[in-house]
Formats: sequence, C-alpha cells, structure tokens
Amino acid sequence: MYSQKVMDHFTNPRNIGEVENADGVGMVGNPICGDVMKLSIKVDGDKIVDAKFKTFGCGAAIATSSMVTELVKGKTLEEALEISNKAVAEALDGLPANKMHCSNLAADALHKAIEDYLAKKQATLPEKKRAAGEG
Amino acid sequence: MRTVYVDNAATTRPRPEVVEAMLPYLGEKYGNPSSIYGIAREARAALDEAREKVAAILGADAREIIFTGSGTEADNTAIKGVAFANRQKGDHIITSAIEHHAVLDSVKRLEKHGFRATYVPVDSQGMVDPADVEASITDRTALISIMHANNEVGSIQPIEEIAEIAKKHGVYFHTDAVQTMGHIPVDVNRLGVDLLSLSAHKFYGPKGVGALYARRGVRMERYIDGGGQERNRRAGTESVAGIIGLAKALELASAEMEHERERVSRLRDRLIEGVMDRISHVRLNGHPTRRLPGNVSFCFEFIEGESLLLNLDMLGVCGSSGSACTSGSLEPSHVLLAMGLPHEVAHGSLRLTLGRYNTEEDVDYVLEHLPGIVEKLRAMSPFGTEADFGDASCAKCEDAAQPVGKAR
Repeated sequence: MYSQKVMDHFTNPRNIGEVENADGVGMVGNPICGDVMKLSIKVDGDKIVDAKFKTFGCGAAIATSSMVTELVKGKTLEEALEISNKAVAEALDGLPANKMHCSNLAADALHKAIEDYLAKKQATLPEKKRAAGEG
Repeated sequence: MRTVYVDNAATTRPRPEVVEAMLPYLGEKYGNPSSIYGIAREARAALDEAREKVAAILGADAREIIFTGSGTEADNTAIKGVAFANRQKGDHIITSAIEHHAVLDSVKRLEKHGFRATYVPVDSQGMVDPADVEASITDRTALISIMHANNEVGSIQPIEEIAEIAKKHGVYFHTDAVQTMGHIPVDVNRLGVDLLSLSAHKFYGPKGVGALYARRGVRMERYIDGGGQERNRRAGTESVAGIIGLAKALELASAEMEHERERVSRLRDRLIEGVMDRISHVRLNGHPTRRLPGNVSFCFEFIEGESLLLNLDMLGVCGSSGSACTSGSLEPSHVLLAMGLPHEVAHGSLRLTLGRYNTEEDVDYVLEHLPGIVEKLRAMSPFGTEADFGDASCAKCEDAAQPVGKAR
C-alpha cells in the first residue's frame, strides 16, 4: 500500500530529533487523532540550515516528516513556506488516499516552525519585521 | 526470512487434511446437492454427513444447522431474521458495545428501520456485566446478542449467565462464537443459547463458509431469498467443498482441543509475561485470565500501532492493531474505546494471536525483536513521559488501568 520511497523514509527516517537551540519549533496534530509532528529548525540569514523531527503516528506520518526535513534544508524561508503537504506526498511518490488527510501534516509543522521563528524575530529584532510581512 | 504468523484471529492456515477432504468436491464430485442423479446424491450425502458432524459437536440437531457464506452472514441472518420475524412481539434489541461489526452494524441497520437498541457497556477488562443486560430488558425486547469472546482483546463473556436471564424473560439469545468455536468448548445447551454463529476459517478451515445454529422453534425470517436450500432458511446452492472443509476442520479442532488449548495458552502467557518484563509503559488489554487461549493484546504508550505493524512485518511477523490507521476509519478500535482507553493509547494497540502452527521459537523471536522496535519508535516520538502525552490523558489512562468501574 505504501510506495518504496515511503517505506525507505519510514525504515530509515532522516533527521530524527530536535535541533539544538532551535530558532523555530512547530507542533501540529493531536494525540487523540493518532498523529503528532514536532519540527524544529535552525535558520541562518534567510536560509533554513537544519531541520529535525519527532513524530507520533503511522508509517505515512513518519515518512512525510522525514521527507519534509530533507526538502527544506538549504531553502530560504520564503521557498520553505511554499512547500505544501501535497508536494511532500508527491516527493514520496504519493500516499494512499486514506492517508492524505490524517497523516499528511509535515508541511503544516514546517510552516508553524517558520511562524514561530518569525514571531520570535519580530519580538527581538524589529528590523526583520518586513521579512515577516512578506512571508 | 522467518515468517511468524501471529494473526490467527484474523484467519488461520487451512489444515492439509481439510484441503484434502475438500479437493474432490472442487473437482470430480461437482454435483448440485439439490439434483437427483448419482453425482448429486454423492454431494448430498457428503453435505448431510457434514451437517451431522457439526451438529453433534455443538450438541445440536442437524436440522438446527444452517450453513452460510461466512460468520458475518450468520450474524446478519440471526439478528435481522429474528428481529423482523418477531417485530409484533418486540422491537427492542440488546447487544454490547464491543461486538464485531457484523453484529453492531446489523443492529444499527435495524435502528434505521425503526427498531430500538441498547448497547450495554463493558468494564476496563472488556467484560459485559449480566446485570446490565437484565436491567436493559423491557417488555418489547425481542433479542439479545452478546459475543462469546471478543476478537480484539480476547475476553470470554459470561454467556451462561446471560442465557439464563434471557430465558427467564422469554427473550431470544444469540451469541457470536466466531472466535471461540474450535478453540474452547462450545455446546449450545451448556451455553443455553438460541442462536450461535461460527466461521470455518477461524479454526483452520476454508474461507467463505460459516454456519448458524438456530434452536428448533426460533421464529426467524430468512435473510437470503431464492431456492429452498437449508430447509428454506438460506437460499443459494450450497458451497459443498466449503461445508465439507468446515466440518472436517471442526472435527479435528474438537478432537485436539484439550491439548491445543493448553499448549497455546502457555505460549500466550509466555508472550504476555515476556513483553511485560521487557517493555515499560505497556498495558495488557482484556481480561487477565478469562481470555481466549491464543489472544495477546497490548497498548504501547507513546507510539502508534501501524508503525509497529510495519516494523514487525519487515521482520516477518504478521500481527494486527486497532489503531485508526488499521481500523479503516478515523477512530481507533471501538472495543478499546469502550473499555475506557484514551484515544491516544488505543492508537498504540497491537494484537498478536497465536494458533496451532506457532511454537515457542515464534514467541521468542517476537520477544527478541519487539522491544527494539518499540524503543526505536519511542525515540522518534515527541512523547516519552506521561507528563507530555496530553494533559488529561494521563489521569484517564490510570483510571482505565484499574479493573474497576465501567467504561461508557
């Protein structure tokens, strides 16, 4: 039922854990629904230089989390915000239909982590406000 | 790679003796038992013999056995057939919150047709309290349907007691014995039931064949219309090979039951104890002692069941889970929720069901690999202690762990 790519990312997930002194953290999902993703990012300038995840969920939830950390590294914040849940699923050669909604939240976690980063920056570095607005 | 099949509650591997007994009826002995010539009479004779065998094992009369296409069909036939035939007398049905969907959805269907239903709760060990059944009976109650043992958590229900209550109040009583038939003693008179469903592929027989026992005198409409087969109670040409297979499998299972029951129970306990010893934050689902010989059901906190199954599959271990991902809906297992487990814990369920082909080596293989899988998934999980596993869930989880009170 899962593609080879999904099974690859599920079996050997990339970037498990939490980025030390993370610049932004995003957590989405709900344990009651069976899927929770926590994504942390390190930002240098306007680029995401590191991303790590921790996920409670099914095979699809783990694979999408792993894939999004790979997709996002080296991307600018603006580019990262354009990564959609659908794009993550496509990068994994698709997900079973019943997994598209409940377990495909990794991009949402990424966007939350970026929002968290921007919110922190706004508070401490007012000159970055413009960038936040553009994001 | 080694294959360890521990999903015997889902289906079992047909025994070679069963396949051998069936083969002639898939080939040269192809006659329709309703016809009159030689090869038809041969099929008829085999069918009659199979019916006699099944009836004898159940403690029933051959005329009380209706062969069906599955355990599900037997459940549908019993519930809808009795409900519609007795509607004038009563339009209320009592069942439990943990029934198989073949029963639950049949009752829900009847509700759509204007019947009323009561779903009695279970306690944290998945047990129905007969007093709850009795308290639910009204003068409009026509049928009670409570499963003999639960397919997910293995709890064996107090069927004899419920049967006495049903008898006292003049209400028909059906039990779904799909998980118990061939594994623990099932005698319709000792149990005191009016109707009983069973399925061949759960006791090393073929798929696509089941049976319904209906005590003589039970008023029941037929569920499938057409020809006059099964004494006019189930239309459709009989699956002769399937029925021969069912009877053969049941005969073998009954003959070996005492020995197998003890052997499989020992494997079960070895697996349960081994897991509890090696892994923390794990709960055994179901009753600790009143459980099916082969049933092992756990919830592992902080991780999700499908991830567990996929990892086990990569090591050749075939199991199942009641997580939402594997239940085919957005909700985790209705059985685990009815037992009071919080959703997040129910998502981490794993069911391993042992059978006649399992050995001690199989159990040890699972025990060797399962702790590492759980550890790996927990290292990946954002949760790791009760404190951060949702704020309300911890208290709820501890409640559910106590063998007291009733889940709703």
